[in-house]
Order: sequence, then structure tokens, then C-alpha cells
Amino acid sequence: MSNRTDFAAIRNGEAVPLGQVPEMPFTDFRRSIVDGVAAGQRISALFGDTSAGSDNVDLFAVLADSTQPALGVGRTRLDGDNFLSLTPDCIQAHLFERELAEQFGVHPDGHPWFKPVRFHSSYRLGHDAWGRRPGEVPIIGVTDYYRVEGEEIHEVAVGPVHAGVIEPGHFRFQCYGEQVFHLEISLGYQHRGAERTLVGGPHKRTIHTVETVAGDTSIGHATAYCQAVEALAGCDLPRRAEVLRGIALELERLANHSGDLGALAGDVGFLPTASFCGRLRGDFLNLTALICGSRFGRGLVRPGGVAFDVDATRAHLALERLEAAFRDVKNAAELLFNSASVQARFENTGTVSRETAIALGLVGPAARACGLPRDVRHEFPAGRFRFSRPPLATAPDGDVFARANVRWQEIQNSVSFIRDELAAISISDEALVAAAGPLQPNHLVVSLIEGWRGEVCHVALTDAHGRFSRYKIVDPSFHNWMGLAVALRDQQISDFPLCNKSFNLSYCGHDL
Amino acid sequence: MLDILLARLQQGHRTIAYPSEEPTLPDRFRGLPVVNSSKCPDECRSCAEACPTDAIRIDDSGLRLDLGRCLFCTDCMEACPEEAIHYTTEYRLATRTRDHLVFDGRLLERAAALDETSRRLFGHSLKLRQVSAAGCNACEADLNVLSTVVFDLSRFGIQFVASPRHADGIVITGPVSENMRTALLATYAAVPAPKLVIAVGACAISGGPYRDNPEVHNGCGSLLPVDLFIPGCPPHPLTILDGLLRLLGRLEGQSQPDQPARRQNA
Repeated sequence: MSNRTDFAAIRNGEAVPLGQVPEMPFTDFRRSIVDGVAAGQRISALFGDTSAGSDNVDLFAVLADSTQPALGVGRTRLDGDNFLSLTPDCIQAHLFERELAEQFGVHPDGHPWFKPVRFHSSYRLGHDAWGRRPGEVPIIGVTDYYRVEGEEIHEVAVGPVHAGVIEPGHFRFQCYGEQVFHLEISLGYQHRGAERTLVGGPHKRTIHTVETVAGDTSIGHATAYCQAVEALAGCDLPRRAEVLRGIALELERLANHSGDLGALAGDVGFLPTASFCGRLRGDFLNLTALICGSRFGRGLVRPGGVAFDVDATRAHLALERLEAAFRDVKNAAELLFNSASVQARFENTGTVSRETAIALGLVGPAARACGLPRDVRHEFPAGRFRFSRPPLATAPDGDVFARANVRWQEIQNSVSFIRDELAAISISDEALVAAAGPLQPNHLVVSLIEGWRGEVCHVALTDAHGRFSRYKIVDPSFHNWMGLAVALRDQQISDFPLCNKSFNLSYCGHDL
Repeated sequence: MLDILLARLQQGHRTIAYPSEEPTLPDRFRGLPVVNSSKCPDECRSCAEACPTDAIRIDDSGLRLDLGRCLFCTDCMEACPEEAIHYTTEYRLATRTRDHLVFDGRLLERAAALDETSRRLFGHSLKLRQVSAAGCNACEADLNVLSTVVFDLSRFGIQFVASPRHADGIVITGPVSENMRTALLATYAAVPAPKLVIAVGACAISGGPYRDNPEVHNGCGSLLPVDLFIPGCPPHPLTILDGLLRLLGRLEGQSQPDQPARRQNA
């Protein structure tokens, strides 16, 4: 595209020498992103890096465009600790810029809601975007919150600890009676230093960190990581391993989507489906455990391939269980969608318009429920999805119903995909792992996977010794939390659980 | 309405017979390891070096594996030249003390029941408040699953409740990030005494894969008195359920600490 002439085109899972990532003045870098997004691209990643040893911070950006087979990458070196914020011209940069500021102590001038993201100290000693002195540690949750003023306005603050068995986060509602004018979501409670600890790797803990970045997306994140490592090592994945990874990724989607349908049913008081799907989610997790022993797929995806095989007997057993579970999910889902009282509660609740979804850069089922054809398996297919993929599922209305509907479509699509794949692998005896040697020095790779929540993006940079000099993780939740905040506008506060469940975002994936 | 009844019929009765019947676990499930130090070549430290969480110690008395740090990932097994370590499908892993998790391959001293006074208080009705303190949502998910029809936690009188004020104890997951420290301590303080603390998963027990990151506290042990340790990454729901029932003295023939199936040199 003409707007992206400054950025280099690279493929998903393709390692390129760092020198091929064009370096440009900040104004060009900024313009490429702003113009690119205005022309329909989205920001997959925008992050800082200081590993080049300069006193100034390097910025890298990855742009994705549904209509183009390649991704755009570019970089710039900031001149000092201030830069002109992109957010006023490109809303979806808002959280990336806040993260940049927090990690590297650079200030996006003119950012309209400049607040911490995870409440940690700057990684660059002596550089702090909020002017804190060295040793002055930010306190979680202490920031300026939005406040709607008026006689009958009241504020409801919830969390970090919530009522259910769920991760922590802080939510502030500005309400007029039952009606929510604004919801502000302040996270960071789950910050474990996951991303920072990957620098200097790969080391013996790397894969285990990646598998727990978001524990419900172990397969998604582990596959993104392994795809990055394999590209950097120039390792060709055995076809059999690709197939098994594809099956595992879709099983992860099945488990979570089924669980979400049950949770949505529970939040409108439709107990039959809530109860059935609670069990069925476990049945899909147990299918993953049938393959690798772990319900969350821990230990399955490893650099160079997969660690467990599925022979004909196991494939047959898996297929049997898949059909049994699908029969019951179908029954539970049809019950849900055919119930008038459920429809009444799902429709026109928590609506996000198509325009808003584009502006915020939403991904995954939340974006597809606004009619956007965003799905890495279709846009930037890698691995098994180059040859075979479930059809794209979208819905037009952007409400809770649409997000539930997309999930139900995807359950059906994933089942039929796994069915075909399991049938195809049972007659082969290929290798499971290819040797992944040392990583090429001074390279960059962008690795995208369509996790069950949406686009999982890993960007790895290597140093002169082939170690990670920077490792950036963008969980789909990072894009989508703002979608939930916006979905709550003009809703009843009592619909928060329902809206929240319809997004079902990750706290730890966001907080890293 | 008829549709709902028909669906109910199709979905069937799904609650497992456990504990009256032994549950079946996937054949590839990784539970209690078998450690056989007599196979270790002199000076060999392959397993200890491969372990991502440094859970393995080798000294004169042999090899010890700290189940509180173990991710049950088998990196040690693959590194071992002599097959001195392998994993069984034994899912009963919970202990009452941190030390009991340091496993030498002989005897795992599984969780003993609470004293009689506590059992009288909690034995038939235990309300728990869960706090995720930087958990990755895997431990949380497998705690949640206990409330589904499959495990039907409430048949044991155990329930997760919404407020610490209604709770008899807290279940902690995650390595305890610095950013969750205050909220965790406040939640604990809000639970009326006497109260229990249960640590679920490698992170809550030792920090897990995040151990020694400056952003975390290596689990909750340094902040709160833990009554029950349930190891795993994440622990299987049955491992958690077994631990809870042991704590309450609700398992048959539990009065003495159990012996592992394959114990050596007793």
C-alpha cells in the first residue's frame, strides 16, 4: 500500500536481519503508522528497545493489514525522552504509548489519558515519564481516575479482588442511577515481569514462562514463541508437528469458547446451558490431556516440533470423545440460542460499533463480532493453517449476542477442522521434532497466532550472540480491554458481568 | 421447557463417583515422580541443571525433588542419562508443611487432617475465598472446575464464596506479585478467625516459573501461615480436591499418613 512505503514487508514467522528493518526519522515513523491505520491497517505491536546500547530509545512498530499478505515493520530512534504522541491521531496507539512510557521513561507529548499501565518503575534508571525520582516506586492503583461530575452521579469501584474465582483488576464505573456513563479499567495487579525475564534467552525457563503468560492460552503463546524461535534458527517444522499444533490450538479454542457460552448463560440466569457447558469445557481440556497429559497443553509445543505423538489408536479415541462432546455442546448451545429470554438479554447489550472496533484495533472474536474479518489463520496463515483452516466466522451487530454467536460458529468450525486433521494424521509416522539450532544473530521475527481470544503477537530481536535482546509479547487482551470499557457505555451496571464475560479477557496476559 | 428436560436427559448424570471410586486420569498425566538415586552416575547433575525452577538438589543423601517448585514438565526426565526419574499418574500430592514437599523418592507425607477442634468447625462446611495473586488463570480455571457438576464440590460442604467476610479461609494462586501483596493481605485480614490458608500451584508455593523475579514474592509462604500446600502447574482438579478432603479428614482410612505405591527402603 502506498501509505506503507516506508515500512518493510515481512511475513508472519519470517526472520529478517535487523538491518532490513528500515530506520527512519520519528516524523516519518509516526506518519507511516497514522496514515497506515487511517488506511485500514492495525497496530499489532509498538514497543521500545534499548538493547542497541544508545542513550536514546528505539521504537519498533508492526502493522497488520487484512488485505495484504505481509506485515509492515519499521523503526526509529527517539531524539531525547519526549515525542509527539500518536494517540490523538490514532486512538489504538493509546495503550502502547502508555506502556512505552512506563517501561522506558519516554513521554508521549499530548497523550490524552496518560496513566501507568502496570505500575512498575522505569527500566531506564533516571528516566521516568511521570517525573518520579529514582527509588520512588509507583503504588498500584494510585492514579487520576476519570470522574463524571453532577449531583446525581455516583461512582462504583470494584476490585482488585472480585467475587468469583478470577484474576484481579480494578474497575471504576461512573453511574447515573443504573446507567453507566463510563467505565475505567485499571490493571497491573498481575505484573510478574514475564516479558523482561525473557531477555538474554532462550534459557531453560523460557518456554515455561511463555506457557504461563496467559495460562488459558498456553498453546497459543507457546506456539507463537516456538514459531519465532524456529524462524530465527532456520528450522523447518515436520508436517506432523504442524498438524498436531493445529489440533492443539483448536482444542484450546473449543474448551474456552464452550466455557464462555456456559458462563454467558450463567450470567443471564439460564442454568441448563451454564451447567452443561461447565462440564463440556472440561471434556475438551481432557482431550488436550489425552494428547499430552496436561489439560492446558503444558509440555506439548516445543521448539522444533511437539513433544507428544498421537498414533492411530489415540487419534481414534480422541475422535470418539470429540464427537461425544460436540454432540452435547451442540445440544447445550441450541438450547441457549433458541431460548427467547436469552436472546432478549444478549441482543443490544454491550454493543461496540464497527467503527469503534476499527478505531480501537480490536482483535479476535470481539472484532469478528463487529463484522471485521480479522483472523490470523486467514490473514497471515502460518504452520498448518497455510494448507487447511476453519472458515472465518463473523457476526454483524457487535453486541453480546454477536460475540456469543461467533464463538458458537467457531466451536462448530474447530470441531470439523480437528475431525479432518485427526483423520489425516493417523496413517503417518513422520518425525515429531526437527533440530532447532542456534538463533541467527541480529535478526528480528514477528510471530502471530490466532489464539482463542485473538491475535497473539510475539516479536523477538536477537543480539550479536543469537540471544534475545528484546522480546515483546502482545496478548490479544492488550488490544481488547478498551473494547469492554466502551461496550459498557450507556448500559446498566448490572449488565457488567454479562458484557465482561462476552469479552473474557486475560489480566495476566495484559499485565505480563 | 420440554426442550430443557430433553436436553437434561441427553446430557446425563456427570458427577464422578470419587471418592468412593478411584478416578481415572489420562495415561500421560504427570503426577508424583519416582526418584531412584541409586541409578545416578557419580557427579551427574544433568537433571538439576535442566530443571527450570531449580527444584532438584543432589547431595550425599541422594537426589531430592522439591514438589513445591516442580512444574511437572519432565525436563529432568529427558536430561537424565539413566532413567532415574519418571512420573507416575499418582495425583495425591498435597501436604501440610512446606518441608514435606521436598521428596526423596521414598515417602511423601501427605496432608494430615486438621485437629479435632478445627474439624468440628470446618469439617462439614468450609467456605473459601479465592485470591489470584498473579496466577496465570490455569490454577484458577482448575479451581473453578471443582464447582461444576463433574466434581460437585458442594456435596462435600465446600464452597467458594464472594466475600472474605463469609469465608473460613483463603485459597491463593499465583507467585504473589508485589502489586497484589496489599490486596492479598487485606483479604486475609478480612476473614474472621480461626481461618485457613491454602496455597495452590507451584507459583503460590514457591514462585513457580517466576521465582526470583523482583516483581514477585516467591509465593505466599513468606507473607501468610499456610495450612495446606497443593503442588502442580497447575494441579489437577483431583489433586486439589484430594488435598481439601484430606485437610478436613473426609477421606476413608486417612488417619495415618499414606504411603506411596512404589516406596523404597522403608
